[in-house]
Amino acid sequence: MSEDVGTSTCKPKTSVTGEYSVTNPDQVLENVLENVLIFLTSRRDRNAVSLVSKSWHRAEAHTRSDLFIGNCYSVAPIRVTGRFKRIRSVWLKGKPRFADFSLMPADWGAHFTPWAHAMAGAYRALEKICLKRMTVTNDDLGIIARSFLNFKEIVLVCCDGFGARGIGVIASECRNLRVLELNEDEVLDEEFDWISCFPMEGTSNLESLCFDCVESSVNFDALERLVARSPLLKKLRLNRHVSIGQLYRLALRAPQLTDLGTGSFSLPEVIGQQQDENLELDYGHAFAACRSIICLSGFRDLAPEYLPAIYPVCANLTSLNLSYANIDAQQLKAVIRHCHKLRVFWTLDSICDEGLQAVADTCKDLRELRVFPIDASENAEGPVSEVGLLAISLGCRKLESILYFCQQMTNAAVIAMSKNCPDLVVFRLCIIGRYRPDRFTGEPMDEGFGAIVKNCKKLTRLAVSGLLTDRAFSYIGQYGNLVRTLSVAFAADGDTGLKYVLEGCTNLQKLEIRDSPFGDSGLLSGLHHFYNMRFVWLSSCRVTKQGCLEVARRLPKLVVEVFRRDEEEGGERGDFVNTLYMYRSLDGPRADAPQFVKIL
Amino acid sequence: MMHLKETELCLGLPGGGCEADTALKFTGKRGYSQTVDLMLNLQTNDQSSSTDLNDNKLQNSTKNNKDPIKPPAKAQVVGWPPVRNYRKNVMAQKSNNEETEKVVAATAGGGSAAAFVKVSMDGAPYLRKVDLKLYESYQQLSDALAKMFSSFTMGDYGSQGMIDFMNESKLMDLLNSSEYVPSYEDKDGDWMLVGDVPWQMFVESCKRLRIMKGSDAIGLAPRAMAKCKNRC
Repeated sequence: MSEDVGTSTCKPKTSVTGEYSVTNPDQVLENVLENVLIFLTSRRDRNAVSLVSKSWHRAEAHTRSDLFIGNCYSVAPIRVTGRFKRIRSVWLKGKPRFADFSLMPADWGAHFTPWAHAMAGAYRALEKICLKRMTVTNDDLGIIARSFLNFKEIVLVCCDGFGARGIGVIASECRNLRVLELNEDEVLDEEFDWISCFPMEGTSNLESLCFDCVESSVNFDALERLVARSPLLKKLRLNRHVSIGQLYRLALRAPQLTDLGTGSFSLPEVIGQQQDENLELDYGHAFAACRSIICLSGFRDLAPEYLPAIYPVCANLTSLNLSYANIDAQQLKAVIRHCHKLRVFWTLDSICDEGLQAVADTCKDLRELRVFPIDASENAEGPVSEVGLLAISLGCRKLESILYFCQQMTNAAVIAMSKNCPDLVVFRLCIIGRYRPDRFTGEPMDEGFGAIVKNCKKLTRLAVSGLLTDRAFSYIGQYGNLVRTLSVAFAADGDTGLKYVLEGCTNLQKLEIRDSPFGDSGLLSGLHHFYNMRFVWLSSCRVTKQGCLEVARRLPKLVVEVFRRDEEEGGERGDFVNTLYMYRSLDGPRADAPQFVKIL
Repeated sequence: MMHLKETELCLGLPGGGCEADTALKFTGKRGYSQTVDLMLNLQTNDQSSSTDLNDNKLQNSTKNNKDPIKPPAKAQVVGWPPVRNYRKNVMAQKSNNEETEKVVAATAGGGSAAAFVKVSMDGAPYLRKVDLKLYESYQQLSDALAKMFSSFTMGDYGSQGMIDFMNESKLMDLLNSSEYVPSYEDKDGDWMLVGDVPWQMFVESCKRLRIMKGSDAIGLAPRAMAKCKNRC
């Protein structure tokens, strides 16, 4: 048989004379495979590929360049650097989401340091690091800055442990830096002028600079010079110490911006800060010059009389974040009626149902809506309600993701949304009043959430609230086979609810539950599935230490952590465990667990 | 970050959310005692205490014998509603700022607190704010306003730094010109020409400043003169 040289497939068993003998046919196959796999980017596909055979496993390991680790404790750094040799970008996630709500003690873990050391030695060509909910120190940032010569991008989301000095090291050492994004981090207040650490000569490659979460003021002159020297800068998010006058100057220097975080969007309060302020400032003119802006955020101390300045860019906006601006319906209407192309809208509930109606009237292309509460206490009445939700469902048929805080809700409105918005992928409804039933019928909110899982066939993320019985969870278990993330708080009657979910939701990856009466029996019904999950969180439920021990015994590869939020040892309140956090690990329990965390 | 020693009391069924821990009371309004704290903070210019107000401080603990079905009355639960700490801190800081402004406005003219008033100028697209306590005379205020609104001049204030209200003709000259004159809203809600009263009295009664064209201010003059005559 003849062989097509181009494909160079080898058949080692052939005995036709004249054929070249290949000493290691697998090697050729691997080389071919590697050339093909370079194009494979989806990590799910890659994971599948790596399971085919040892040869494929090796080939895949050689060609993987993007690393994603959803739980930093699921695998030890050395195992990662041992398997993958040519990584260019790393995405690492640490603490579970409930840590954002003070439900996790401060020194629990998720330290980046061991990863920094491991990667510094192994990945010389590393270009990009993204971290979420990890503790990163200034020293870690120093390691990054000095170890990776071609370093280009750093994105830190909800991280802590570092300060201005660390940012400064990155700015000064990483000559190829393109992206520096700090997103809702807790940045230590060090009196240090990090902006001046950027090289002040020559053109900069900076494409994205986001420091809206940095609490201290920046050296504005240095910032202005940096922006002026960054012709590629597309994304700039300022912190609240940048006044509108300063924003004006920056906008004039960077008309090519596509994504702008406006800073305070008001005047500084005391004269003397800007003696040279020009009387004739026309802020609308500055915005009109930025023809490319499609994403607008900031407005940290918005003075509403300046809002009209953004009208020139509204028609092009695809994303608008007003969620730090306390504006009413009238003020919003004046803005939103221009925003026909809006796809992402974040707001405070100060805009009321009337404001949401205005959104529904104009933003027909809306895909993502988030409505945050100004007043987080449990009142009887709130500014937004089922009326706003219904309006949105009728106006924004393409909605894919919603986060909605309210005080009261009805099943009817939720059911309507499930029918009007079939493309929903993320549905997170937070009825702030705990255990609140349907406002009109007095019934539990079971039918509403049931309709969501039943009708929204693409749903992968769900957060429930209000008065719920086991019935709601039976719906979720029955229809929620695509659900990967489920958040539950103050819900249900007993164990059966948890059983329904663990037995029914075959794709469940992340389960976070608080203050619900789920106990050992419910917990144990998930033994068949826990190895497939990223984590399970149960706090202030009715799980006992015995139940947790049973899980740990039956699933040896599961790391079962038990602790109390207030860091006292023991983890038990009465007979019940305060917080249970468990996840699968390839490398056993972590070595850096603090004293108050018990690993069973 | 502050660590809390929470008083966890568990009367009644555990696990049903009978925790009644209190965290930062996240409302826009502050109780009186907290307002007093704010004022003291301003006087001592203590940065750290304002941060304390933002921390999750245990204000008081409440006992709660809770039936899992009924929610406890107004007890604040840790981490509920699920708004990120970052966002909570930002919003708390905003309400701090708003409260601070209200407090200083209320105490304007009293004690050593600042006296911010809004300044608008006809034709200008934005407002400014000035702290009247920074100045000791009309001339100083005039200089500062001139810097802020550079095309504005306050005219000649004479040796005492006050518009000579007793000299009608001089006054009318000023008001007929196209120059800008400052007017202010006093405690009674009346709009007056700046300069009609002694400086200290002005600082105590001024609520808001408006810089208008002299020709627009003509309507204020007779009232201003009348009030001045009554005072003098």
